Amino acid sequence: MTTAPVELERPATEEDVRPDLPWVTIVWNDPINLMSYVTYVFQTVFGYSRRKAHALMLDVHHKGRAVVSSGTREEMERDVTILHEYGLWATLKHDT
Amino acid sequence: MTHGFRAVRGGVAADLDADEAAVLRSMAALMLDLVEPPEPQDDLAAMVGIGASSEKPDDPVLARLFPDAYSDDGEAAGDFRRYTEDDLRRHKRDNAQAVLAALPKGGGRVTLDLGDAHAWLKTLNDVRLTLGTRLGLDEDTYDAYQRGTLRPEPQDAARLAVYDWLGGLQETLVDALFGAGPARD
Repeated sequence: MTTAPVELERPATEEDVRPDLPWVTIVWNDPINLMSYVTYVFQTVFGYSRRKAHALMLDVHHKGRAVVSSGTREEMERDVTILHEYGLWATLKHDT
Repeated sequence: MTHGFRAVRGGVAADLDADEAAVLRSMAALMLDLVEPPEPQDDLAAMVGIGASSEKPDDPVLARLFPDAYSDDGEAAGDFRRYTEDDLRRHKRDNAQAVLAALPKGGGRVTLDLGDAHAWLKTLNDVRLTLGTRLGLDEDTYDAYQRGTLRPEPQDAARLAVYDWLGGLQETLVDALFGAGPARD
């Protein structure tokens, strides 16, 4: 068991989109998932800091959806699968 | 509710009374029934792990538990579902079974390592998604229920009570995991 957060090597920009890897995972707002739970899931699944995970959760909550990760199509399908395991409403798409 | 979950060495723990344990047992059993996969349409498909259906479920609860992965590409969504939905059903079923396995009969202390705590966390969330979707909850109606300006229909009162209680329990589990797990500040 590690005690430090696992930080993935992803840029800490607001939307976290890498232009060379144009697929994105989107999480949509829903009225049922607890805000603390969504924050915890973002932190656990993506290794984001508490602050970043919280900001992303608020983005989802206030804007109705937010891009939570970007990468290859295979990577985004994996992210969506894991988010569905946690019960988040997640989709992926090619970011045009 | 009793005090819910707290962080302990190596995981989380909660003391549940008999009624609480009974509610959790009943809800975990409900999830097992809900996520049971339909019989595979042929043996080869079952053997290679491809689910038979590419259709989004009609039941709004199942549609919420097994959402489309592509919002603007029906064909890709169908392919993704055909290849992954059985695994997701199995995952949800394993989580619900982990809850049932850890529940003390008649109540008592539940101690979970981090793996089992995540199984509980996901199952509590699946049950809340199920009850909340059946209740047709959105943020406005839930606020109105909480303020008492909207009263649930008689058949919804029990659902709403369980939904509220599970939300409180899940909140304590999230807090305990923030204190116990790798996801720290």
